[in-house]
Amino acid sequence: MTSRELMVAFWTIFIKEIRRFSRIWVQTLLPPAITMTLYFVIFGNLIGNRIGDMGGFTYIQFIVPGLIMMSVITNSYGNVVSSFFGTKFQGHIEELLVSPVPNWVILSGYVLGGVARGLAVGLIVTLLSLFFTKLHVHHIGITVLVVFLTAFLFSLGGFVNAVYAHTFDDISIVPTFVLTPLTYLGGVFYSITLLPPFWQAASQANPILYMINAFRFGILGVSDINVGTAIGIILLFSVALFVYCLHLLKSGKGIRN
Amino acid sequence: MTKALTIRGLRKVYGNGFEALKGIDLDVEQGDFFALLGPNGAGKSTTLSIVSSLVRKTEGSVTIFGYDLDTKLSNAKKMLGVVPQEFNFNQFEKVWNVVITQAGYYGIPADVAAPRAERLLKKLDLWEKRNNVSRMLSGGMKRRLMIARALVHSPKLLILDEPTAGVDIELRRSLWDFLRDLNSEEGTTIILTTHYLEEAENLCRHIAIINKGEIIENTSMRSLLSKLNTETFLLDISRDLLPADIPVLEHYPLSLVGEHTLQVEVEKSRGITALFSGLQAHGIEVVSMRNKANRLEELFVALVRGESI
Repeated sequence: MTSRELMVAFWTIFIKEIRRFSRIWVQTLLPPAITMTLYFVIFGNLIGNRIGDMGGFTYIQFIVPGLIMMSVITNSYGNVVSSFFGTKFQGHIEELLVSPVPNWVILSGYVLGGVARGLAVGLIVTLLSLFFTKLHVHHIGITVLVVFLTAFLFSLGGFVNAVYAHTFDDISIVPTFVLTPLTYLGGVFYSITLLPPFWQAASQANPILYMINAFRFGILGVSDINVGTAIGIILLFSVALFVYCLHLLKSGKGIRN
Repeated sequence: MTKALTIRGLRKVYGNGFEALKGIDLDVEQGDFFALLGPNGAGKSTTLSIVSSLVRKTEGSVTIFGYDLDTKLSNAKKMLGVVPQEFNFNQFEKVWNVVITQAGYYGIPADVAAPRAERLLKKLDLWEKRNNVSRMLSGGMKRRLMIARALVHSPKLLILDEPTAGVDIELRRSLWDFLRDLNSEEGTTIILTTHYLEEAENLCRHIAIINKGEIIENTSMRSLLSKLNTETFLLDISRDLLPADIPVLEHYPLSLVGEHTLQVEVEKSRGITALFSGLQAHGIEVVSMRNKANRLEELFVALVRGESI
Protein backbone atom coordinates (compact mmCIF):
# COMPACT_ATOMS: atom_id res chain seq x y z
CA MET A 1 0.00 0.00 0.00
CA THR A 2 1.20 3.55 -0.65
CA SER A 3 1.77 5.90 2.27
CA ARG A 4 -1.45 7.74 1.38
CA GLU A 5 -3.40 4.46 1.35
CA LEU A 6 -1.87 3.54 4.70
CA MET A 7 -2.94 6.88 6.13
CA VAL A 8 -6.49 6.38 4.84
CA ALA A 9 -6.59 2.87 6.36
CA PHE A 10 -5.29 4.14 9.71
CA TRP A 11 -7.73 7.04 9.73
CA THR A 12 -10.60 4.66 8.91
CA ILE A 13 -9.86 2.46 11.93
CA PHE A 14 -9.21 5.43 14.21
CA ILE A 15 -12.43 7.24 13.26
CA LYS A 16 -14.38 3.98 13.51
CA GLU A 17 -13.13 3.63 17.09
CA ILE A 18 -14.05 7.19 17.99
CA ARG A 19 -17.46 6.71 16.40
CA ARG A 20 -17.93 3.55 18.46
CA PHE A 21 -17.29 5.04 21.89
CA SER A 22 -19.11 8.27 21.00
CA ARG A 23 -22.19 6.31 19.87
CA ILE A 24 -22.37 4.51 23.23
CA TRP A 25 -21.42 7.56 25.32
CA VAL A 26 -23.87 6.51 28.04
CA GLN A 27 -21.67 3.45 28.59
CA THR A 28 -18.29 5.03 27.89
CA LEU A 29 -18.17 8.73 28.78
CA LEU A 30 -20.95 9.24 31.31
CA PRO A 31 -20.09 6.59 33.97
CA PRO A 32 -16.56 7.87 34.68
CA ALA A 33 -17.93 11.42 34.90
CA ILE A 34 -20.47 10.35 37.54
CA THR A 35 -18.04 8.11 39.44
CA MET A 36 -15.32 10.75 39.59
CA THR A 37 -17.79 13.44 40.65
CA LEU A 38 -18.74 11.19 43.57
CA TYR A 39 -15.06 10.74 44.41
CA PHE A 40 -14.57 14.52 44.37
CA VAL A 41 -17.61 15.06 46.62
CA ILE A 42 -16.95 12.27 49.12
CA PHE A 43 -13.16 11.93 49.25
CA GLY A 44 -12.36 15.48 48.25
CA ASN A 45 -14.85 17.63 50.08
CA LEU A 46 -16.53 15.55 52.81
CA ILE A 47 -13.69 13.33 54.04
CA GLY A 48 -10.83 15.36 52.54
CA ASN A 49 -11.52 18.40 54.67
CA ARG A 50 -10.91 16.27 57.79
CA ILE A 51 -7.72 14.72 56.40
CA GLY A 52 -5.93 18.02 55.98
CA ASP A 53 -2.95 18.72 53.70
CA MET A 54 -0.95 16.10 51.80
CA GLY A 55 2.33 16.86 50.08
CA GLY A 56 1.76 20.55 50.75
CA PHE A 57 -1.65 20.63 49.01
CA THR A 58 -5.25 20.28 50.14
CA TYR A 59 -6.39 16.64 49.97
CA ILE A 60 -8.67 17.23 47.00
CA GLN A 61 -5.88 18.96 45.08
CA PHE A 62 -3.67 15.97 45.85
CA ILE A 63 -6.11 13.31 44.65
CA VAL A 64 -7.37 15.08 41.50
CA PRO A 65 -4.33 14.14 39.34
CA GLY A 66 -4.57 10.54 40.57
CA LEU A 67 -8.28 10.34 39.82
CA ILE A 68 -7.79 11.84 36.35
CA MET A 69 -5.08 9.25 35.71
CA MET A 70 -7.27 6.45 37.07
CA SER A 71 -9.98 7.39 34.55
CA VAL A 72 -7.47 7.54 31.73
CA ILE A 73 -6.02 4.12 32.58
CA THR A 74 -9.38 2.40 32.99
CA ASN A 75 -10.94 3.89 29.88
CA SER A 76 -8.04 3.50 27.48
CA TYR A 77 -7.67 -0.15 28.54
CA GLY A 78 -11.41 -0.77 28.52
CA ASN A 79 -11.92 0.77 25.10
CA VAL A 80 -9.44 -1.42 23.26
CA VAL A 81 -10.20 -4.63 25.12
CA SER A 82 -13.95 -4.39 24.51
CA SER A 83 -13.70 -3.03 20.98
CA PHE A 84 -11.11 -5.50 19.69
CA PHE A 85 -12.71 -8.45 21.48
CA GLY A 86 -16.09 -7.39 20.03
CA THR A 87 -14.47 -7.27 16.60
CA LYS A 88 -13.24 -10.83 17.10
CA PHE A 89 -16.47 -12.04 18.67
CA GLN A 90 -18.73 -10.66 15.93
CA GLY A 91 -16.35 -11.85 13.24
CA HIS A 92 -15.79 -8.49 11.58
CA ILE A 93 -12.08 -8.84 12.31
CA GLU A 94 -12.26 -10.70 8.97
CA GLU A 95 -12.97 -7.37 7.24
CA LEU A 96 -9.49 -6.31 8.30
CA LEU A 97 -7.80 -9.66 7.73
CA VAL A 98 -8.90 -9.96 4.09
CA SER A 99 -7.84 -6.37 3.37
CA PRO A 100 -4.27 -5.31 2.61
CA VAL A 101 -3.97 -3.12 5.71
CA PRO A 102 -0.74 -4.09 7.55
CA ASN A 103 -0.68 -5.20 11.17
CA TRP A 104 1.05 -2.09 12.49
CA VAL A 105 -1.71 0.09 11.03
CA ILE A 106 -4.42 -2.11 12.59
CA LEU A 107 -2.65 -1.91 15.95
CA SER A 108 -2.06 1.84 15.72
CA GLY A 109 -5.69 2.49 14.79
CA TYR A 110 -7.11 0.51 17.70
CA VAL A 111 -4.56 1.76 20.22
CA LEU A 112 -4.93 5.43 19.29
CA GLY A 113 -8.69 4.93 19.42
CA GLY A 114 -8.19 3.80 23.02
CA VAL A 115 -5.92 6.78 23.65
CA ALA A 116 -8.63 9.07 22.29
CA ARG A 117 -11.22 7.69 24.72
CA GLY A 118 -8.74 7.80 27.62
CA LEU A 119 -7.93 11.43 26.88
CA ALA A 120 -11.57 12.36 26.30
CA VAL A 121 -12.54 10.93 29.69
CA GLY A 122 -9.44 12.51 31.26
CA LEU A 123 -10.53 15.89 29.90
CA ILE A 124 -14.11 15.46 31.16
CA VAL A 125 -12.86 14.48 34.63
CA THR A 126 -10.42 17.42 34.64
CA LEU A 127 -13.21 19.86 33.76
CA LEU A 128 -15.43 18.37 36.49
CA SER A 129 -12.65 18.68 39.03
CA LEU A 130 -12.60 22.45 38.43
CA PHE A 131 -16.00 22.63 40.13
CA PHE A 132 -14.35 21.37 43.31
CA THR A 133 -10.84 22.84 43.33
CA LYS A 134 -8.39 25.00 41.42
CA LEU A 135 -5.77 23.30 39.29
CA HIS A 136 -2.43 24.93 38.44
CA VAL A 137 -0.49 23.03 35.82
CA HIS A 138 3.12 22.96 36.99
CA HIS A 139 4.64 21.57 33.77
CA ILE A 140 2.35 21.27 30.73
CA GLY A 141 4.86 19.24 28.69
CA ILE A 142 5.27 16.53 31.32
CA THR A 143 1.52 16.48 32.01
CA VAL A 144 0.62 15.94 28.35
CA LEU A 145 3.47 13.48 27.69
CA VAL A 146 2.68 11.32 30.72
CA VAL A 147 -1.06 11.20 30.16
CA PHE A 148 -0.59 10.37 26.47
CA LEU A 149 2.01 7.66 27.10
CA THR A 150 -0.05 6.14 29.90
CA ALA A 151 -3.16 6.01 27.73
CA PHE A 152 -1.03 4.49 24.96
CA LEU A 153 0.46 1.86 27.28
CA PHE A 154 -2.88 0.77 28.71
CA SER A 155 -4.49 0.70 25.29
CA LEU A 156 -1.78 -1.75 24.29
CA GLY A 157 -2.53 -3.73 27.44
CA GLY A 158 -6.19 -3.85 26.47
CA PHE A 159 -5.21 -5.09 23.03
CA VAL A 160 -3.18 -7.98 24.48
CA ASN A 161 -6.09 -8.89 26.76
CA ALA A 162 -8.50 -8.87 23.81
CA VAL A 163 -6.24 -11.09 21.71
CA TYR A 164 -6.08 -13.74 24.45
CA ALA A 165 -9.73 -13.46 25.50
CA HIS A 166 -12.14 -16.21 24.51
CA THR A 167 -15.18 -15.08 26.47
CA PHE A 168 -16.61 -11.85 27.85
CA ASP A 169 -15.46 -13.00 31.31
CA ASP A 170 -11.88 -12.94 30.04
CA ILE A 171 -12.08 -9.24 29.25
CA SER A 172 -13.23 -8.29 32.74
CA ILE A 173 -10.79 -10.40 34.78
CA VAL A 174 -7.72 -8.20 34.27
CA PRO A 175 -9.49 -4.85 34.85
CA THR A 176 -11.23 -6.16 37.96
CA PHE A 177 -8.53 -8.23 39.62
CA VAL A 178 -5.33 -6.59 38.40
CA LEU A 179 -5.88 -3.07 37.13
CA THR A 180 -8.21 -1.74 39.83
CA PRO A 181 -6.13 -2.96 42.82
CA LEU A 182 -2.88 -1.69 41.24
CA THR A 183 -4.47 1.69 40.55
CA TYR A 184 -5.86 2.07 44.07
CA LEU A 185 -2.48 1.01 45.51
CA GLY A 186 -0.63 3.24 43.04
CA GLY A 187 -0.85 6.37 45.15
CA VAL A 188 -4.11 7.83 43.87
CA PHE A 189 -5.37 8.62 47.38
CA TYR A 190 -2.14 8.88 49.36
CA SER A 191 1.54 9.64 49.22
CA ILE A 192 3.62 6.50 49.66
CA THR A 193 5.74 8.41 52.17
CA LEU A 194 2.87 7.71 54.59
CA LEU A 195 3.51 3.98 54.31
CA PRO A 196 5.94 1.92 56.41
CA PRO A 197 9.33 1.39 54.64
CA PHE A 198 8.46 -2.18 53.54
CA TRP A 199 5.25 -1.11 51.82
CA GLN A 200 6.99 1.94 50.32
CA ALA A 201 9.50 -0.44 48.68
CA ALA A 202 6.74 -2.86 47.65
CA SER A 203 4.75 -0.01 46.09
CA GLN A 204 7.66 0.75 43.80
CA ALA A 205 7.06 -2.56 42.03
CA ASN A 206 3.68 -1.18 40.94
CA PRO A 207 4.10 0.44 37.51
CA ILE A 208 0.96 2.55 37.98
CA LEU A 209 2.65 4.37 40.89
CA TYR A 210 5.15 5.85 38.40
CA MET A 211 2.47 7.07 36.06
CA ILE A 212 0.32 8.67 38.72
CA ASN A 213 3.28 10.36 40.36
CA ALA A 214 4.72 11.61 37.08
CA PHE A 215 1.31 13.07 36.18
CA ARG A 216 0.92 14.55 39.67
CA PHE A 217 4.31 16.18 39.19
CA GLY A 218 3.11 17.70 35.93
CA ILE A 219 0.08 19.22 37.67
CA LEU A 220 1.27 19.95 41.22
CA GLY A 221 5.04 19.78 40.97
CA VAL A 222 5.32 17.07 43.66
CA SER A 223 6.10 13.39 43.22
CA ASP A 224 7.09 10.43 45.38
CA ILE A 225 9.43 9.14 42.70
CA ASN A 226 11.86 10.51 40.11
CA VAL A 227 9.91 11.82 37.10
CA GLY A 228 12.63 10.93 34.58
CA THR A 229 12.64 7.34 35.81
CA ALA A 230 8.85 7.23 35.60
CA ILE A 231 8.77 8.48 31.99
CA GLY A 232 11.59 6.08 31.06
CA ILE A 233 9.67 3.13 32.52
CA ILE A 234 6.43 4.08 30.73
CA LEU A 235 8.32 4.45 27.43
CA LEU A 236 10.08 1.12 27.90
CA PHE A 237 6.86 -0.74 28.67
CA SER A 238 5.12 0.97 25.74
CA VAL A 239 7.77 -0.07 23.21
CA ALA A 240 7.93 -3.62 24.58
CA LEU A 241 4.15 -4.04 24.50
CA PHE A 242 3.85 -2.52 21.00
CA VAL A 243 6.39 -5.03 19.68
CA TYR A 244 4.62 -7.85 21.52
CA CYS A 245 1.24 -6.84 20.06
CA LEU A 246 2.73 -6.84 16.55
CA HIS A 247 4.10 -10.30 17.23
CA LEU A 248 0.63 -11.47 18.33
CA LEU A 249 -0.97 -10.08 15.16
CA LYS A 250 1.70 -11.63 12.96
CA SER A 251 1.33 -15.02 14.63
CA GLY A 252 -2.44 -14.79 14.19
CA LYS A 253 -2.98 -15.66 17.85
CA GLY A 254 -6.71 -15.80 18.53
CA ILE A 255 -7.65 -14.31 15.17
CA ARG A 256 -6.37 -16.63 12.44
CA ASN A 257 -6.35 -20.40 12.25
CA MET B 1 -2.88 -14.75 -19.87
CA THR B 2 -2.34 -14.63 -16.12
CA LYS B 3 -4.77 -16.85 -14.30
CA ALA B 4 -7.18 -15.35 -11.80
CA LEU B 5 -6.29 -18.02 -9.27
CA THR B 6 -3.59 -20.65 -9.22
CA ILE B 7 -3.33 -23.15 -6.40
CA ARG B 8 -0.50 -25.66 -6.26
CA GLY B 9 0.00 -28.47 -3.76
CA LEU B 10 -2.20 -26.77 -1.18
CA ARG B 11 -2.26 -28.67 2.07
CA LYS B 12 -3.84 -27.81 5.39
CA VAL B 13 -3.43 -29.77 8.59
CA TYR B 14 -5.32 -28.29 11.55
CA GLY B 15 -3.94 -28.24 15.08
CA ASN B 16 -5.92 -31.36 16.00
CA GLY B 17 -4.15 -33.29 13.22
CA PHE B 18 -7.11 -33.25 10.80
CA GLU B 19 -5.86 -32.99 7.22
CA ALA B 20 -8.47 -30.77 5.58
CA LEU B 21 -6.63 -30.39 2.26
CA LYS B 22 -4.34 -33.04 0.82
CA GLY B 23 -2.26 -31.08 -1.66
CA ILE B 24 -4.81 -29.75 -4.14
CA ASP B 25 -4.09 -28.05 -7.47
CA LEU B 26 -6.60 -25.67 -9.02
CA ASP B 27 -6.63 -23.06 -11.79
CA VAL B 28 -9.31 -20.47 -12.43
CA GLU B 29 -9.10 -18.47 -15.63
CA GLN B 30 -9.71 -14.72 -15.77
CA GLY B 31 -13.36 -13.90 -16.37
CA ASP B 32 -14.53 -17.38 -15.42
CA PHE B 33 -17.59 -18.19 -13.33
CA PHE B 34 -16.36 -21.11 -11.29
CA ALA B 35 -18.13 -23.44 -8.86
CA LEU B 36 -16.28 -25.21 -6.08
CA LEU B 37 -18.57 -27.91 -4.82
CA GLY B 38 -18.30 -30.61 -2.20
CA PRO B 39 -20.13 -32.10 0.74
CA ASN B 40 -19.87 -30.52 4.19
CA GLY B 41 -16.36 -30.81 5.60
CA ALA B 42 -14.85 -31.60 2.18
CA GLY B 43 -12.41 -28.68 2.27
CA LYS B 44 -14.23 -25.97 0.27
CA SER B 45 -14.31 -23.36 3.00
CA THR B 46 -10.76 -24.18 4.08
CA THR B 47 -9.57 -23.63 0.50
CA LEU B 48 -11.38 -20.31 0.19
CA SER B 49 -10.29 -19.21 3.68
CA ILE B 50 -6.66 -19.83 2.75
CA VAL B 51 -7.11 -17.84 -0.47
CA SER B 52 -8.70 -15.05 1.62
CA SER B 53 -5.80 -15.13 4.14
CA LEU B 54 -8.14 -16.09 6.97
CA VAL B 55 -6.54 -19.50 7.46
CA ARG B 56 -2.84 -20.26 7.23
CA LYS B 57 -1.81 -22.98 4.81
CA THR B 58 0.46 -25.83 5.87
CA GLU B 59 2.08 -26.28 2.44
CA GLY B 60 1.69 -25.18 -1.16
CA SER B 61 1.23 -21.91 -2.99
CA VAL B 62 -1.65 -19.61 -3.86
CA THR B 63 -1.38 -16.95 -6.55
CA ILE B 64 -4.09 -14.37 -7.29
CA PHE B 65 -3.72 -12.58 -10.64
CA GLY B 66 0.00 -13.37 -10.56
CA TYR B 67 0.54 -12.18 -6.98
CA ASP B 68 1.78 -14.88 -4.64
CA LEU B 69 0.23 -14.80 -1.16
CA ASP B 70 3.65 -15.48 0.38
CA THR B 71 5.54 -12.70 -1.36
CA LYS B 72 2.99 -10.17 -2.65
CA LEU B 73 0.26 -10.46 -0.08
CA SER B 74 -0.89 -6.84 -0.20
CA ASN B 75 -1.24 -6.84 -4.00
CA ALA B 76 -2.98 -10.21 -3.94
CA LYS B 77 -5.49 -8.98 -1.36
CA LYS B 78 -6.34 -5.92 -3.45
CA MET B 79 -7.42 -8.24 -6.27
CA LEU B 80 -9.81 -10.14 -4.03
CA GLY B 81 -13.31 -9.55 -2.67
CA VAL B 82 -14.78 -12.03 -0.21
CA VAL B 83 -18.40 -12.77 0.67
CA PRO B 84 -18.30 -15.24 3.55
CA GLN B 85 -20.95 -17.72 4.59
CA GLU B 86 -21.66 -16.11 7.98
CA PHE B 87 -22.68 -12.49 8.51
CA ASN B 88 -19.45 -10.90 9.66
CA PHE B 89 -20.00 -7.14 9.48
CA ASN B 90 -20.39 -4.85 12.46
CA GLN B 91 -24.04 -5.29 13.36
CA PHE B 92 -24.10 -1.94 15.16
CA GLU B 93 -22.87 0.11 12.22
CA LYS B 94 -25.08 1.72 9.64
CA VAL B 95 -25.22 0.08 6.23
CA TRP B 96 -23.42 3.01 4.63
CA ASN B 97 -20.61 2.94 7.18
CA VAL B 98 -20.07 -0.81 6.73
CA VAL B 99 -19.35 -0.29 3.04
CA ILE B 100 -17.34 2.94 3.36
CA THR B 101 -15.24 1.55 6.22
CA GLN B 102 -14.31 -1.49 4.15
CA ALA B 103 -13.17 0.79 1.33
CA GLY B 104 -11.01 2.63 3.86
CA TYR B 105 -9.23 -0.61 4.76
CA TYR B 106 -8.13 -0.76 1.12
CA GLY B 107 -6.81 2.80 1.31
CA ILE B 108 -9.74 4.27 -0.63
CA PRO B 109 -10.80 7.66 0.80
CA ALA B 110 -14.47 8.16 1.66
CA ASP B 111 -15.03 10.72 -1.12
CA VAL B 112 -13.79 8.23 -3.73
CA ALA B 113 -15.64 5.31 -2.17
CA ALA B 114 -18.96 7.18 -1.84
CA PRO B 115 -20.06 7.03 -5.51
CA ARG B 116 -19.02 3.38 -5.74
CA ALA B 117 -20.93 2.57 -2.57
CA GLU B 118 -23.99 4.43 -3.84
CA ARG B 119 -23.92 2.56 -7.16
CA LEU B 120 -23.59 -0.83 -5.43
CA LEU B 121 -26.24 -0.15 -2.80
CA LYS B 122 -28.67 1.01 -5.47
CA LYS B 123 -27.95 -2.03 -7.64
CA LEU B 124 -28.48 -4.34 -4.68
CA ASP B 125 -31.67 -2.57 -3.54
CA LEU B 126 -30.12 -1.36 -0.31
CA TRP B 127 -29.97 2.36 -1.02
CA GLU B 128 -33.15 3.10 0.97
CA LYS B 129 -31.63 1.25 3.92
CA ARG B 130 -28.28 3.03 3.88
CA ASN B 131 -28.90 4.85 7.16
CA ASN B 132 -30.32 1.79 8.94
CA VAL B 133 -28.29 -0.05 11.55
CA SER B 134 -27.19 -3.23 9.81
CA ARG B 135 -28.51 -5.65 12.44
CA MET B 136 -32.04 -4.45 11.62
CA LEU B 137 -31.80 -5.73 8.04
CA SER B 138 -33.48 -8.94 6.91
CA GLY B 139 -31.33 -12.00 6.18
CA GLY B 140 -31.45 -11.38 2.44
CA MET B 141 -30.48 -7.74 2.84
CA LYS B 142 -27.57 -8.69 5.09
CA ARG B 143 -26.32 -11.05 2.42
CA ARG B 144 -26.58 -8.29 -0.21
CA LEU B 145 -24.77 -5.93 2.11
CA MET B 146 -21.87 -8.36 2.28
CA ILE B 147 -21.77 -8.44 -1.52
CA ALA B 148 -21.73 -4.62 -1.69
CA ARG B 149 -18.97 -4.52 0.91
CA ALA B 150 -16.89 -7.10 -0.98
CA LEU B 151 -17.17 -5.13 -4.23
CA VAL B 152 -16.53 -1.60 -3.00
CA HIS B 153 -12.80 -1.77 -3.83
CA SER B 154 -13.58 -3.17 -7.32
CA PRO B 155 -11.85 -6.55 -6.94
CA LYS B 156 -11.01 -8.59 -10.03
CA LEU B 157 -11.77 -11.85 -8.27
CA LEU B 158 -14.89 -12.31 -6.14
CA ILE B 159 -15.26 -15.29 -3.84
CA LEU B 160 -18.74 -16.15 -2.57
CA ASP B 161 -19.16 -18.85 0.04
CA GLU B 162 -22.77 -20.04 -0.24
CA PRO B 163 -24.11 -16.62 -1.20
CA THR B 164 -27.77 -17.65 -1.39
CA ALA B 165 -28.00 -19.85 1.71
CA GLY B 166 -31.28 -19.08 3.49
CA VAL B 167 -32.40 -16.66 0.79
CA ASP B 168 -35.90 -16.85 -0.71
CA ILE B 169 -36.35 -17.89 -4.32
CA GLU B 170 -37.12 -14.41 -5.67
CA LEU B 171 -34.06 -12.89 -4.07
CA ARG B 172 -31.92 -15.83 -5.15
CA ARG B 173 -32.90 -15.22 -8.74
CA SER B 174 -32.15 -11.50 -8.45
CA LEU B 175 -28.74 -12.27 -6.95
CA TRP B 176 -28.06 -14.64 -9.83
CA ASP B 177 -28.86 -11.84 -12.28
CA PHE B 178 -26.59 -9.47 -10.39
CA LEU B 179 -23.71 -11.95 -10.39
CA ARG B 180 -24.21 -12.79 -14.07
CA ASP B 181 -24.03 -9.08 -14.95
CA LEU B 182 -20.97 -8.61 -12.75
CA ASN B 183 -19.25 -11.48 -14.52
CA SER B 184 -20.28 -10.65 -18.09
CA GLU B 185 -20.35 -6.84 -18.06
CA GLU B 186 -17.54 -5.99 -15.66
CA GLY B 187 -15.44 -9.09 -16.29
CA THR B 188 -15.12 -9.95 -12.62
CA THR B 189 -13.96 -13.52 -12.11
CA ILE B 190 -16.31 -15.27 -9.69
CA ILE B 191 -15.77 -18.37 -7.60
CA LEU B 192 -18.67 -19.67 -5.59
CA THR B 193 -19.47 -22.55 -3.34
CA THR B 194 -23.05 -23.62 -2.96
CA HIS B 195 -25.19 -26.49 -1.84
CA TYR B 196 -27.84 -25.51 -4.39
CA LEU B 197 -26.50 -27.41 -7.35
CA GLU B 198 -29.10 -25.83 -9.57
CA GLU B 199 -27.33 -22.55 -8.79
CA ALA B 200 -23.96 -23.88 -9.93
CA GLU B 201 -25.49 -25.39 -13.06
CA ASN B 202 -27.23 -22.14 -13.93
CA LEU B 203 -24.37 -19.77 -13.26
CA CYS B 204 -21.02 -21.46 -13.62
CA ARG B 205 -18.96 -22.36 -16.67
CA HIS B 206 -16.38 -24.43 -14.84
CA ILE B 207 -16.65 -26.65 -11.83
CA ALA B 208 -14.39 -28.43 -9.38
CA ILE B 209 -15.66 -31.00 -6.93
CA ILE B 210 -13.72 -31.48 -3.75
CA ASN B 211 -14.15 -34.44 -1.43
CA LYS B 212 -12.18 -35.40 1.66
CA GLY B 213 -9.56 -32.77 0.92
CA GLU B 214 -8.95 -33.80 -2.69
CA ILE B 215 -10.17 -32.45 -6.02
CA ILE B 216 -12.05 -35.35 -7.60
CA GLU B 217 -13.34 -33.50 -10.66
CA ASN B 218 -12.25 -30.30 -12.37
CA THR B 219 -13.74 -29.54 -15.75
CA SER B 220 -16.21 -27.41 -17.65
CA MET B 221 -19.85 -27.62 -16.64
CA ARG B 222 -20.80 -28.72 -20.15
CA SER B 223 -18.21 -31.49 -20.17
CA LEU B 224 -19.27 -32.71 -16.73
CA LEU B 225 -22.96 -32.78 -17.59
CA SER B 226 -22.23 -34.64 -20.81
CA LYS B 227 -20.78 -37.44 -18.68
CA LEU B 228 -24.20 -38.21 -17.36
CA ASN B 229 -25.36 -41.18 -19.43
CA THR B 230 -28.85 -41.57 -18.11
CA GLU B 231 -31.62 -39.36 -16.93
CA THR B 232 -34.36 -40.37 -14.55
CA PHE B 233 -37.92 -39.30 -15.27
CA LEU B 234 -41.08 -39.51 -13.24
CA LEU B 235 -44.25 -40.21 -15.21
CA ASP B 236 -47.65 -39.41 -13.79
CA ILE B 237 -50.17 -41.86 -15.20
CA SER B 238 -53.94 -41.73 -15.48
CA ARG B 239 -54.89 -44.93 -13.61
CA ASP B 240 -54.00 -47.01 -10.57
CA LEU B 241 -51.28 -49.55 -11.18
CA LEU B 242 -50.15 -52.55 -9.14
CA PRO B 243 -46.49 -53.68 -9.19
CA ALA B 244 -47.51 -56.78 -11.08
CA ASP B 245 -49.02 -54.58 -13.81
CA ILE B 246 -45.78 -52.77 -14.60
CA PRO B 247 -44.95 -53.47 -18.24
CA VAL B 248 -41.50 -54.67 -19.22
CA LEU B 249 -40.15 -52.43 -21.98
CA GLU B 250 -36.78 -53.08 -23.56
CA HIS B 251 -34.22 -50.28 -22.75
CA TYR B 252 -36.70 -48.55 -20.41
CA PRO B 253 -36.53 -50.05 -16.90
CA LEU B 254 -39.71 -49.00 -15.10
CA SER B 255 -40.57 -49.03 -11.44
CA LEU B 256 -43.63 -47.94 -9.48
CA VAL B 257 -42.91 -45.12 -7.02
CA GLY B 258 -46.53 -44.19 -6.24
CA GLU B 259 -50.01 -45.35 -7.12
CA HIS B 260 -50.04 -43.10 -10.15
CA THR B 261 -46.33 -42.58 -10.70
CA LEU B 262 -43.76 -44.55 -12.64
CA GLN B 263 -40.01 -44.00 -12.63
CA VAL B 264 -37.94 -44.72 -15.69
CA GLU B 265 -34.23 -44.45 -16.49
CA VAL B 266 -33.55 -43.35 -20.04
CA GLU B 267 -30.16 -43.54 -21.73
CA LYS B 268 -29.18 -40.24 -23.26
CA SER B 269 -28.65 -41.79 -26.66
CA ARG B 270 -32.25 -43.01 -26.80
CA GLY B 271 -35.33 -40.97 -27.46
CA ILE B 272 -38.43 -41.23 -25.39
CA THR B 273 -40.94 -41.74 -28.18
CA ALA B 274 -40.59 -45.52 -27.93
CA LEU B 275 -41.23 -45.29 -24.22
CA PHE B 276 -44.56 -43.55 -24.73
CA SER B 277 -45.53 -45.94 -27.50
CA GLY B 278 -44.69 -48.93 -25.29
CA LEU B 279 -46.73 -47.57 -22.41
CA GLN B 280 -49.67 -46.78 -24.66
CA ALA B 281 -49.57 -50.34 -26.03
CA HIS B 282 -50.09 -51.53 -22.44
CA GLY B 283 -52.99 -49.13 -21.97
CA ILE B 284 -51.05 -46.71 -19.81
CA GLU B 285 -51.60 -43.04 -20.55
CA VAL B 286 -48.96 -40.56 -19.36
CA VAL B 287 -50.53 -37.38 -17.95
CA SER B 288 -47.31 -35.50 -17.17
CA MET B 289 -43.58 -36.05 -16.97
CA ARG B 290 -40.71 -34.45 -15.01
CA ASN B 291 -37.02 -34.92 -14.21
CA LYS B 292 -36.55 -36.80 -10.96
CA ALA B 293 -33.61 -34.67 -9.84
CA ASN B 294 -31.30 -31.96 -10.97
CA ARG B 295 -28.78 -33.43 -13.40
CA LEU B 296 -25.79 -31.98 -11.61
CA GLU B 297 -27.07 -33.31 -8.33
CA GLU B 298 -27.05 -36.84 -9.71
CA LEU B 299 -23.49 -36.44 -10.92
CA PHE B 300 -22.37 -34.84 -7.70
CA VAL B 301 -23.76 -37.65 -5.57
CA ALA B 302 -22.22 -40.28 -7.84
CA LEU B 303 -18.79 -38.62 -7.80
CA VAL B 304 -18.71 -38.10 -4.06
CA ARG B 305 -19.74 -41.73 -3.52
CA GLY B 306 -16.99 -42.82 -5.90
CA GLU B 307 -19.50 -44.33 -8.34
CA SER B 308 -18.91 -44.38 -12.08
CA ILE B 309 -20.93 -41.91 -14.12
